Amino acid sequence: MSVAQAVMNVAEGPGEEAHLSRRFLYYMSLMREVEDRIERKLYRQSKIVGGVYVARGQEAIPVGVGLALEPEDVVFPSHRDLAIYLMRGVGPRQIFAQYMGRIGGLTGGRDGNMHMGDLKLNIVAIISAIGACVPVAAGAALALKYKGTNNVAVCFFGDGATSRGDWHEGINLAAVQKLPLVLVCNNNQYAYSTPIEKQMACANVADRGPAYGIPAEIVDGNDVFAVHEAAQRAVAHARDGLGPYLIECKTFRMTGHSAHDPADYVPKELFAEWEQKDPIRRLLERMLDSGWIAPEDVSRHYDDLRKEVDAAVEWAEACPYPDPATLLDNVYEPRS
Amino acid sequence: MATYLEAIREGIGEEMERDPGVFLIGEDIAVYGGAFKITAGMLDRFGERRVVDTPLCESGIVGAAIGAALMGLRPVAEMQFMDFISCGFDQVVNFAAKCRYRWNAPVPMVIRGPSGGGTHGGPFHSQNPEAWFFHTPGLKVVAPATPYDAKGLIKSSIRDNDPVLFFEHKALYRRVKEDLPAGDYTVPIGKAKVVREGKDLSVITYGSGVHMALEAAEALDREGVSMEIVDLRTLLPLDEDTVLASVRKTSRVILLHEDTLTGGIGGELAARIAEKAFEFLDAPVVRIAAPDTPVPFSPVLEEAFLPNARKVLEKARWLCAY
Ligand SMILES: Cc1ncc(C[n+]2csc(CCOP(=O)(O)OP(=O)(O)O)c2C)c(N)n1
Repeated sequence: MSVAQAVMNVAEGPGEEAHLSRRFLYYMSLMREVEDRIERKLYRQSKIVGGVYVARGQEAIPVGVGLALEPEDVVFPSHRDLAIYLMRGVGPRQIFAQYMGRIGGLTGGRDGNMHMGDLKLNIVAIISAIGACVPVAAGAALALKYKGTNNVAVCFFGDGATSRGDWHEGINLAAVQKLPLVLVCNNNQYAYSTPIEKQMACANVADRGPAYGIPAEIVDGNDVFAVHEAAQRAVAHARDGLGPYLIECKTFRMTGHSAHDPADYVPKELFAEWEQKDPIRRLLERMLDSGWIAPEDVSRHYDDLRKEVDAAVEWAEACPYPDPATLLDNVYEPRS
Repeated sequence: MATYLEAIREGIGEEMERDPGVFLIGEDIAVYGGAFKITAGMLDRFGERRVVDTPLCESGIVGAAIGAALMGLRPVAEMQFMDFISCGFDQVVNFAAKCRYRWNAPVPMVIRGPSGGGTHGGPFHSQNPEAWFFHTPGLKVVAPATPYDAKGLIKSSIRDNDPVLFFEHKALYRRVKEDLPAGDYTVPIGKAKVVREGKDLSVITYGSGVHMALEAAEALDREGVSMEIVDLRTLLPLDEDTVLASVRKTSRVILLHEDTLTGGIGGELAARIAEKAFEFLDAPVVRIAAPDTPVPFSPVLEEAFLPNARKVLEKARWLCAY
């Protein structure tokens, strides 16, 4: 077992919080490592097909929420929630292959980047149209309730999504029907070039919760513990049959909208300010201060992580492209 | 020399100079200048009142454009990708398209944006959604292939008193260039153009298809076969006369588009040719289009999906040998 995995598997000794913190660290740092590799290396080497949207600085959100879920809870990750896939067992190699349009990606080359899902893992693939996932997640929640499970649907989206009619329709429907739907907004303060004050005239996305008659809370999206606790409250609420719950995670997009966007429209001071609040650095400081991890374990962890990612990239690069003869397959259910 | 992209920008700028009621509305178009930079510099030139950055809301954008048009302004709304027009579908096909017929209210607006594949954009950034609107009476649908036509047609679209959907092919934005005449000119909506005279067969096409056909025509020339190419330029209303004249002249016809086959523009053209030029045909009408699948992401699949000059050439040879 590598140290990277070992950091998660400290069952005894340091206690539950230490254990949780190590799992946070593993997934947050793996997400960052994978995305850095994609954005800062493979994309620049022209090895990536199509667009690249990463979530540097937002890793606490999918990880904090994801670790509050059961495997049977159905997730709708946005394009900035890579860790959700990692937590459900999608390996970095499949993610690299997905980004390279190879057969080994989750969609086998049919779609790219974060447009991927797997019903066996209870992950629904988004479409590009921002916000379209919200009513669909409401429908998944309806089905979970209908079938008598106590599972929840969890829908992730950005601040921009909250301007779409679909967002409002989906939440209102779920609220009226009291569906087990957890809504997680990453308010990273920009939607492409659009700053939050041009996106909405109210101060917070969470201010909209009361308008639909659902609870909503604001949380520091760069504090993984805070996100995790909010997610636990939200999930408990939804599981108890009390209806949807909205969490607004305040965070910041530390990159351009996509790898080709230099983000000249973002004041430089904002990047500097939010760099100080980096969620991984904050987590590590807390772990070291609390003695939940030893400094030498941290560097060994990162060494292991890099090796894991190197091997995954190598695998993906060796992975073939799909066979063009399959182009027409699977528009409909294959005839037996 | 102006690229296709610059030509559109010039055309919009000239119309804004000419008519103070023309304004731009869309996502990321002002400060950022648009995802493809069509509206770069417009904010500095015309100010915030006339270059409006909106929240992320296509139905809102289209609806607001309709409302402003009903009040006598001439909005030019951008879809960041034409794929996302589906998010404003009801506003386009029911509100905008039916005002004049129902209560004689003109809706002089343009919805424009990038469409088309070839950039590995995947299923949601590569579509050619023109046929959805081709089937909607009350709309006009324009799809230029060259910088000259793009500029002349965007200007005509802005001056038009009916709602116009203006499909720009994103793979042409920076790829095609030409010298444009100085000063004001327009290209009429509803007029196709014979872009290459020929006598052995006709290719009727638009947008990216024009460039595929031109490439195939060069190769055919070397084989002693002369291909005529008709660029529709406007899909709705359709310039049937130019299409039928070409068919009557060459008696062999290929209908070519990048959009998927079933329910595409080619089907309607085939029907009109069958109805009105049947006795002039020496061979079956041939369609070349993308197959009936979503636009795949992986380059090898996308290559297999998209029509191209080679596919046109092969069909043309087959047709001439028929
Ligand atoms: C309906 C729709 N319109 C436009 C786009 C183009 N687009 C892609 S992402 C994006 C911004 C999304 O912002 P937000 O929802 O805040 O998410 P973030 O990218 O900040 O995580 C835009 C405008 C789209 N994908 N879908």
